[in-house]
Amino acid sequence: MKVLVPVKRVVDYNVKVRVKSDQTGVDIANVKMSMNPFDEIAVEEAVRLKEKGAATEVIAVSAGVAQAQETLRTAMAIGADRAILVETNAELQPLAVAKLLKAVVDKESPELVILGKQAIDDDANQTGQMLAALLGWPQATFASKLEIADGKATVTREVDGGLETIALTLPAIVTTDLRLNEPRYVTLPNIMKAKKKPLDNVKPEDLGVDVAPRLKTLKVAEPPGRKAGIKVPDVAALVDKLKNEAKVI
Amino acid sequence: MTTLVIAEHDNKELKGATLNTVAAASQMGGDVHVLVLGSGASAVADAAKGIAGVSKVLLADAPHLGDQLAENAAAQVVAIAKDYSHIVFPATASGKNVAPRVAALLDSAQISDIIAVDSPDTFQRPIYAGNAIATVQSADPVKVITVRTTGFDAAAATGGSAAVENVEAVADSGKSSFVGREVAKSDRPELAGAKIVVSGGRGMGSAENFKILDPLADKLGAALGASRAAVDAGYAPNDWQVGQTGKIVAPQLYVAIGISGAIQHLAGMKDSKVIVAINKDEEAPIFGVADYGLVGDLFTVVPDLVKAL
Repeated sequence: MKVLVPVKRVVDYNVKVRVKSDQTGVDIANVKMSMNPFDEIAVEEAVRLKEKGAATEVIAVSAGVAQAQETLRTAMAIGADRAILVETNAELQPLAVAKLLKAVVDKESPELVILGKQAIDDDANQTGQMLAALLGWPQATFASKLEIADGKATVTREVDGGLETIALTLPAIVTTDLRLNEPRYVTLPNIMKAKKKPLDNVKPEDLGVDVAPRLKTLKVAEPPGRKAGIKVPDVAALVDKLKNEAKVI
Repeated sequence: MTTLVIAEHDNKELKGATLNTVAAASQMGGDVHVLVLGSGASAVADAAKGIAGVSKVLLADAPHLGDQLAENAAAQVVAIAKDYSHIVFPATASGKNVAPRVAALLDSAQISDIIAVDSPDTFQRPIYAGNAIATVQSADPVKVITVRTTGFDAAAATGGSAAVENVEAVADSGKSSFVGREVAKSDRPELAGAKIVVSGGRGMGSAENFKILDPLADKLGAALGASRAAVDAGYAPNDWQVGQTGKIVAPQLYVAIGISGAIQHLAGMKDSKVIVAINKDEEAPIFGVADYGLVGDLFTVVPDLVKAL
């Protein structure tokens, strides 16, 4: 079974981004970029499936600027066998990415696609579900446990109020939640090996996909700030403030 | 122009998130209809017809719609989508699961987690863990939207008098099936809708220690929450997690105990009306957003606080 893992290059999760003064977006020039944390979990899960013998090949795919190659090399250092970059400088929104991924799936025919549940930059939480819809495949989002057996994926999902388990007929789409696994650290020898693994480069036009943004961003603004708070010396002062000043208890 | 709201429910009760979603939908202009899809869910439809501002309730009732499987739920929504200009879901686990599938089937670019409606085609939504607010405009004929429920006041649950209309259920996709559910039992208020939330972080030290928050939550009638660090360490269950990738809350009072205040956590609670932080590290970033901060050892402060209340 082939497994396809889409990965996204995003601003590192520890960076606090700043809004540009002309309100056209956030300033991501010269900030540290990394693989989206949920995608690391997706790559790790695919590699574990391969190590268990459930998967034969793991293909990492990314869409975006040329530098996304670094993200794909990271995926291959974790254990992906090869990678595909759909290179474009266009602004990519989830629907366009889902269409690009559908074209890649049509070519590669994987039986399982594992994506992160959301990217920490646009916080959209859409691409996996959209890809499932375009392919007509079943989906299991927010997975915290995944088992593959007899042409079926059995997935435990994190939902409001607890967990639920569903079974999907393969081929299928799974999106990862935080507790699915703990991604391994990439080691130097594996980073060196990853440099030799194949990385194909294609363009959206090669795949016949129109990636023009469908939503127009009119403005990006700072969120309203909170006014500075105070420190209270003890519990009595805290209770007094909450009762008499804030009146919340 | 008519807006369709997909109800959040468990086949027995209509969930509060639906009321906030109806409130957001009312700002999009035109009539508001509510779709209840489920199994044996007529009580939910009866509750939905009472919501102020709702002019019609559609009920699609069939055994295979009972577990909210995305394949069947999305097909059901798409089957009636042609009559609507906006299709709106609450940004709950269930809404987030189904909405993008509906959007892609309609070739519509979904707008996630809106916090404000500027006009029928323009919406505000947070990006980068809430560190920026984007204003986006959609030209799609059918706009598919999920609503951050804490961004809108709840519509009144009574006062409406909509008619309930039955909708023919779509066939079962047969591609997925429901296996089981583990529901976390709790007598406390639901985290997302609670007026007061008491949250613990890594500073709690253990699952055993987390229990010292129980009497405080009891006294305040609060829901319990947790940071990702506390959940990952096994101190608290998953569904207590407050943050960018957990629940988004905006209670009257949020008490953060032993939580440092990483940006991912702040994304889930910084719209709370009053924030209290209790932490022994006076440099912790949580003090940057707290209205009232108390530097001290939580193991003495929390019991003292319970006594003082």
